Amino acid sequence: MWWMVLKRLALGVFLIWVVSLVIFAMTQILPGDAAEMRLGQDATPETLAALRHELGLDRPAYIQYGLWLSRLVTGDLGLSVAGGATISSLIGNRIGNTFFMASIVTVIAVPLSVAIGLLAAMHPGGLIDRVVTSVTLGLVAVPDFLIALVLILFVSVQLGLFPAVSYLSGTEDIFQTLRALALPILTLITAVASQMIRMTRAGVLNVLNSPYIEMAILKGVPRRRIILRHALLNAIGPIVNIIALNLAYLVGGVVVVETIFSYPGLAKLMVDGVQNRDMPVVQACAMIFCSTYILLLLVADMASILSNPRLRMPR
Amino acid sequence: MSAAPTDPAFEELPDAPPRRALRLTWTGKVSAGIILVWLALALVGPWIAPFSEAEFIEEDLQGNYYLDPSFLPPSEQTWLGTDYIGRDVFSRILWGARTTVGISLAATLLAYLFGIALGITAAVAGGWIDVLLSRAAEVVLSFPSIMLGLIVIAALGSSIPMLIVLAGFVYTAPVFRIARALGQDIMVQDFVEAARARGEGRWWIVSREILPSAVMPLASDFGLRLIFIILFVSSLSFLGLGVQPPMADWGSMVRENLSGLGNGFAGGAIASLAPAFAIGCLTIAINLVVDDLSVHEGGLLADKMI
Repeated sequence: MWWMVLKRLALGVFLIWVVSLVIFAMTQILPGDAAEMRLGQDATPETLAALRHELGLDRPAYIQYGLWLSRLVTGDLGLSVAGGATISSLIGNRIGNTFFMASIVTVIAVPLSVAIGLLAAMHPGGLIDRVVTSVTLGLVAVPDFLIALVLILFVSVQLGLFPAVSYLSGTEDIFQTLRALALPILTLITAVASQMIRMTRAGVLNVLNSPYIEMAILKGVPRRRIILRHALLNAIGPIVNIIALNLAYLVGGVVVVETIFSYPGLAKLMVDGVQNRDMPVVQACAMIFCSTYILLLLVADMASILSNPRLRMPR
Repeated sequence: MSAAPTDPAFEELPDAPPRRALRLTWTGKVSAGIILVWLALALVGPWIAPFSEAEFIEEDLQGNYYLDPSFLPPSEQTWLGTDYIGRDVFSRILWGARTTVGISLAATLLAYLFGIALGITAAVAGGWIDVLLSRAAEVVLSFPSIMLGLIVIAALGSSIPMLIVLAGFVYTAPVFRIARALGQDIMVQDFVEAARARGEGRWWIVSREILPSAVMPLASDFGLRLIFIILFVSSLSFLGLGVQPPMADWGSMVRENLSGLGNGFAGGAIASLAPAFAIGCLTIAINLVVDDLSVHEGGLLADKMI
C-alpha cells in the first residue's frame, strides 16, 4: 500500500516537472523574446544584446530552463515585462487574495454540499432528491459567468445588497472585505457545490447498494442510522476524493469569476498577463495554478487508494 | 437440424437481440428541440437576422435619429434592445450562434477524431505505444483546461482556427482515455477472441468488432464533451481571448456588454444576459438529452461530469 502511495507521489512530482517544461517551452515558440518586448520600438542592437546577456537569453535553451527553474524555486522571478515591477511582489500581493477567496468558498461549500448530497441520498427518488438532482443537473451545465450575471443583476442591481465589483484597496476591515467578496464567493459556491452534491449523492448511493447495507436494513436498523453510521463512514474515502476533485475545479473557476468581479487576485493577474503577452508573469502564475491542481488531484487519488482495500493491493 | 436456411421463420430470426428503442422523456424531447433550433440558427442565422452583426442602429422606425443608440431597451425594432455601441442584440445572437456553436462543434469533432483513433490504437497495439500515448494524455490532463488555453493563447495569439485546434487538442486527452478504456474492455470479449481465432486482420477487428460496440457509450460522452468545449470556448471569449470583435460570439457579447448590467432591465442588462442565457439553454439542453441517453445506456454517465 505504501509502495502505491509512494509511486503516486513520484508521479505527481514528475507531472509538475513536465508541466514546467511545457510552460517554459511555450515561451520559446514566441517570435521575439523578453528583451525585445521590454525595450519595445526604441531598441538598438547594442542595448538588446546587453539586456539579453543580463537576462541570460543569449544562452542555450536548456540552460535558460535551468536558470528559470532555480529562480522559480527560490522565488526570485525577475521583472514583469509590462510594469517593470518584480513578479514576486506582484504575485505576493495577489496570491493572498485568491487564497482567501478560495478558502472561504471551501469552508462553506464542502459541508453544505456533503450535507445536501446526503439528504438527497437518504430517500432516492423522493421529493428532496428529485429537486436536488434536477437543480444541480441544470447548474453543472451552466457557464460560471451566467450564475455571476444573474447574481449581480438581482442581488446587486435590483436589491442593492452587495457591490457588483470586488475591488479592494487594502484598507478595508474584515467585514467590508467580506461584503465586497460576497458575490464572487456565492458564484463559486453555486458552481462548485452543484457538482459536489451530485458526486456525493452518487458516492453514497454507491455504498448503499452494497450487501452489508442490505444486511443492516434486514436487521431493522433505522434508515438514518444506516446512513450516518454505516454508509457515511465507508463513503468518507470517495467523498474526500470528490472534495479534492472539485477544489481542483475551483482552480479554473476563479479565472472567470475574478475577471467578472475585477477582483485583484492571481487569476486576474494572469489573464491581464495573457492580454499584454507578459510571458514571465503568465509562466509564474501558470506554474502556481497547475502545481496546485496537480497536488489536489494527488490528494484525490491518495484518498481513493487509502480508502479502497482493492486499490491498495499492488497490481 | 430441421430448419433449412430457406425457412422463412428461420430467416426472420434476428442474429442479435433487438435494440431497445431510444425513448426520451418530455424534458429530453424539449431539449432535443432546443438543440435542433440552435443548430438550425447556426446554419441560417446570418440570413434571417434583421441586421448585420456590425451594423449600428442609428434611427428608429419613424426615421428619427437616436441621440444615443447604446443600450436601448427592447422595442419593436430591436427585439432585445441594443448593445454598448448600438448594435442589435437579437441579430448579434443569431450571428453569434454560428461562431459559438460552429467552433465548439468543430473542436468536439476534432477531439473525437483524434481521441478515438489514438485511444483504439493504444488499446489494440499495447506495449510502448500504449505507454507513450497514455503518458502524453496524462500530461495534458494535469493542466486545468482553461490554464492550458491561457498559456497557448499567450504564446500563439488567438484566431478562430487556433481556437478550434486548441479546444480540440485540450479535449483529445479525455476522449483518448475513454476510447482506450472502452477498447480494452471490448478487446477481451469473446467475439473479438473469436474473430482473432478466425485469423481476421487487426484492421478488420477494429473496424468491424471494436468500433461498432463502442459507438453508443461514446455517443453520450460526445454530448458531455460538447458541453465542456462550449463552456471552454465561451469562457475564453468572455475573457477577451477568444473570438475577436467585431465578430459576434456569445461569450464575447457577455463581456462587451457587462457595463450595461448596472442599468437594470430597462437599460442594457439584457444585452449581456441574453447571450449568457443562449449558452446556458444550449448546454442545459445537451445535458438533459445526455441524461436520457445514459439512462438508456443503463449507466449514469452524468456522474462522470467532473
